[in-house]
Amino acid sequence: MGKVIVVTSGKGGVGKTTSTASLGAALAQTGKNVVLIDFDVGLRNLDLVMGAERRVVFDLVNVAQENAKLSQALIRDKRINSLFLLPASQTRDKDALTEEGVGRVIAALREKFDYVICDSPAGIERGAQLAMRFADEAVIVTNPEVSSVRDSDRIIGLLDAKTVKAEKGETINKHILVTRYDAARAARGEMLSIEDVLEILSTPLLGIIPENQGVLRASNVGSPVTLHEPTNVAAKAYVEAARRLLGEKLPVALPTVEKKGFLDRILGRKAA
Amino acid sequence: MKLLELFKRRGSADEARERLQLLLAYERKNRDQPDLVAALREEIMAVIAKHVAVDEDKVKIAMDRGERVSTLEIDIEVPNGGLKKEKKAA
Repeated sequence: MGKVIVVTSGKGGVGKTTSTASLGAALAQTGKNVVLIDFDVGLRNLDLVMGAERRVVFDLVNVAQENAKLSQALIRDKRINSLFLLPASQTRDKDALTEEGVGRVIAALREKFDYVICDSPAGIERGAQLAMRFADEAVIVTNPEVSSVRDSDRIIGLLDAKTVKAEKGETINKHILVTRYDAARAARGEMLSIEDVLEILSTPLLGIIPENQGVLRASNVGSPVTLHEPTNVAAKAYVEAARRLLGEKLPVALPTVEKKGFLDRILGRKAA
Repeated sequence: MKLLELFKRRGSADEARERLQLLLAYERKNRDQPDLVAALREEIMAVIAKHVAVDEDKVKIAMDRGERVSTLEIDIEVPNGGLKKEKKAA
């Protein structure tokens, strides 16, 4: 039986889809069978970030409504054999997904895969609640910034109340993934520190992804950063976070301020 | 000690943390509870409307949450001669 992980945040634009793609790819590279589900019905983007946008035929809504078979809708990644994508539909009908339909799809995927990773839409409405509904674990993507932390707190409340696990009286495993961490600004005291974020949310840390231009470069070409630039600091941070998800006890290193070279300073270039 | 703290003084992050802690303490307590301000407004308005004709737009409600006590300020503009007359049977 596979594990279901929801990647969620409440706030939009914090890096849920990017993190889903990168964590998923990193997990699949360890040999695990991984499927990523895009729950953002109407605004799908995981297909684009994964570089599979031209291969979408059927989607989550089709499968949930039993208009297509799972095997017809799953898209196998061209780079990693054990990585699959179940795209969201572009329908504008908000009620296209039912709890029953989603439950059926997730139960079927649990049988076939080691990890079922659900990319949640932003917000706390129906879509976000369906994405977390059947989760065993949650990765809460948070930026070190007041509005993102507030929304994460809200999402944690929902995870503890509205998931099947919570309703059965079990606890859902939660992890904070801090993204877009800027070491220089943190050093100047201009950004909430990691300790602040963890203390406020009282949830353990899965990893810290530094703000890095490589993440944008990777999404430009439709690849998780872990595959596109494996030596990049953000990619390494995602790989380590994935290993922690697998249960490894790896210490989290605080990203350090990257030093600019002499030439970079003269030309005003930013560090990679 | 003071001098040390001066060197350690951080920027706006400290303020961010303090604001968040205060806000979240309140939000966690009141999660899933009906909106207190909205409920109060409705009931107070109903009581006043029994006796005075009040324009809904002339009612201002302000809430200020403190660490220990909060204040609820309700400002109602009552028009002169707005008193409702006893209805006489026609």
